Amino acid sequence: MTDVIVTNDDITIEVPAEKILEVCTALRSELLFQFDMLIDVCGVDYLEYGLVEWATDTTTATGFSRAVEKSSDKERITDWKKPRFAVVYHLLSLPLNQRLRVRTFPAGEPPQVDSVESVWASANWFEREAFDLYGILFNGHSDLRRILTDYGFVGHPFRKDFPISGYIEVRYDASQGRVIYEPVNIEPRILVPKVGRHDNRYLGEHPES
Amino acid sequence: MTEIRNYTLNFGPQHPAAHGVLRLILELDGEVIVRADPHIGLLHRATEKLAETKPFNQSIGYMDRLDYVSMMANEHGYVLAIEKLLGITPPIRAQYIRVMFDEITRVLNHLLWLGATALDIGAMTVFLYCFREREDLFDCYEAVSGARMHATYYRPGGVYRDLPNKMPQYQPSRWHNEKQVDAMNANREGSLLDFIWAFTERFPKCVDEYETLLTDNRIWKQRTVNIGVVPPERAIQLGFTGPMLRGSGVEWDLRKKQPYEVYDQIDFSIPVGVNGDCYDRYLVRVEELRQSNRIIRQCVEWLRANPGPVVINDHKIVPPRRQEMKDDMESLIHHFKLFTEGYSVPAGEAYAAVEAPKGEFGVYLVSDGANKPYRLKVRAPGFSHLAALDEMVRGHMLADAVAILASQDIVFGEIDR
Repeated sequence: MTDVIVTNDDITIEVPAEKILEVCTALRSELLFQFDMLIDVCGVDYLEYGLVEWATDTTTATGFSRAVEKSSDKERITDWKKPRFAVVYHLLSLPLNQRLRVRTFPAGEPPQVDSVESVWASANWFEREAFDLYGILFNGHSDLRRILTDYGFVGHPFRKDFPISGYIEVRYDASQGRVIYEPVNIEPRILVPKVGRHDNRYLGEHPES
Repeated sequence: MTEIRNYTLNFGPQHPAAHGVLRLILELDGEVIVRADPHIGLLHRATEKLAETKPFNQSIGYMDRLDYVSMMANEHGYVLAIEKLLGITPPIRAQYIRVMFDEITRVLNHLLWLGATALDIGAMTVFLYCFREREDLFDCYEAVSGARMHATYYRPGGVYRDLPNKMPQYQPSRWHNEKQVDAMNANREGSLLDFIWAFTERFPKCVDEYETLLTDNRIWKQRTVNIGVVPPERAIQLGFTGPMLRGSGVEWDLRKKQPYEVYDQIDFSIPVGVNGDCYDRYLVRVEELRQSNRIIRQCVEWLRANPGPVVINDHKIVPPRRQEMKDDMESLIHHFKLFTEGYSVPAGEAYAAVEAPKGEFGVYLVSDGANKPYRLKVRAPGFSHLAALDEMVRGHMLADAVAILASQDIVFGEIDR
């Protein structure tokens, strides 16, 4: 039912979205776990996971003279076979001094998952943030409003298909005497291309930790 | 019969007691608060999304601007997360320098908090005293990094450079003649460590001064005792960390419980409150000032006795020295690659947390093996604290909302990100 993954001294469990409330309640209440504090909840969008503008698996024969023109033709360096959206919970147990990461993949568009607000009160704002930035719906949340973006904002800005410069900008118009919204006029550009290298040579030199 | 309705009050976003840009919608029954709805996001800069568009090292400077009164503590959380993914450990001297600057940062943060809170509650003098001491600590930041606030001093693998042997000195000018300048330079004759040492010598007496003004002050106690009480179970449930949690009587400090860097080598104690009210949170923070002073002194003593490298010697992550670059082809290439492309971090994820002055500052980093973070999530301590504001102010008077908000040590740079 669940996967357990250990990376970099962190323990992660992957839970099906429909079981999240049940699992979280157990994690908080069972004597074995006692994860009494919810440290963080965040959304992750895996749409472009492992896609880079320059893949340099081996030293390329063509050199690095080409510039990045379109962001559409991307090369893949890391595989991703799981669903697009994830909700990641970071738990902390004060009595046992342990940390745990819980990950779930809500399905659908908009993605939906049960709210854990009834388990930890601190989930309230964290889930509002994940809703605002990623458009993930938390069923049973008491007050699922936008939290960080502007009043009347459209879209979910942290999704990977949302451009970094956004769609609209605001300015004060002196002739009309009010703040006006208009389409953004920034040309998107890439300062440093996203590069993937498998040459993590330094890893071997520091085998400890 | 006339219908009686509650009065709705808009507080902020432009209000000195809002600690930045908080818009608070307060529903009042007479002068008693029935409901508070904080509207945040007025300082939202999408730091996390911006970090996805640039190499790892270029975002260190952004971390300073999150909680802009505890700058180096934020850098520390970010750098630790990168180091965890890379699997590297900084040299021991760098770890001591980081601990020392973390504690200097804690003093900076708590001094601002103390001054601003006292000002909110009506005690002007403390603010001026606190800023006098903050000035010396900013000079320490400047001596080591060149910037007084946004230092960008911590780097994956260590710190940017070693502590300087000479403190910068004032020069005579139209406003200060030689004699005045000599007096101002009196404790700047030696190294940075001597300057910090001199600070730690006089600082406990400064804390005594603040306490004389506040701790037994009748007005101060009337404004803070039994205001905004949070019981320990509730504090845990609401995700409180740092002085907010300890003020409620929960002994939890990452520096002791999950020590990072060299905190396990250092002798200090954790102050804990009893009642969980604004007054206890004040007492906890004041005691933390004294404890930080102790930690800084231990670090200064160790750093004086133990010279050594302050950054790892791996030019895949850390740029080579300028000297080497001038006559070594490979160093030149390393330098060029590092500053144009950065380094690729192995695919994976890591969460690293530090005990920032406000509580647990955590960084969750997802990497897909490229030279930029795939996802960066900053867990800001103030976010959960402000989320609990509604619960904390209900049933209190309007004026108490200011005291409670101030006791949470809110900074919008980290809450809005």
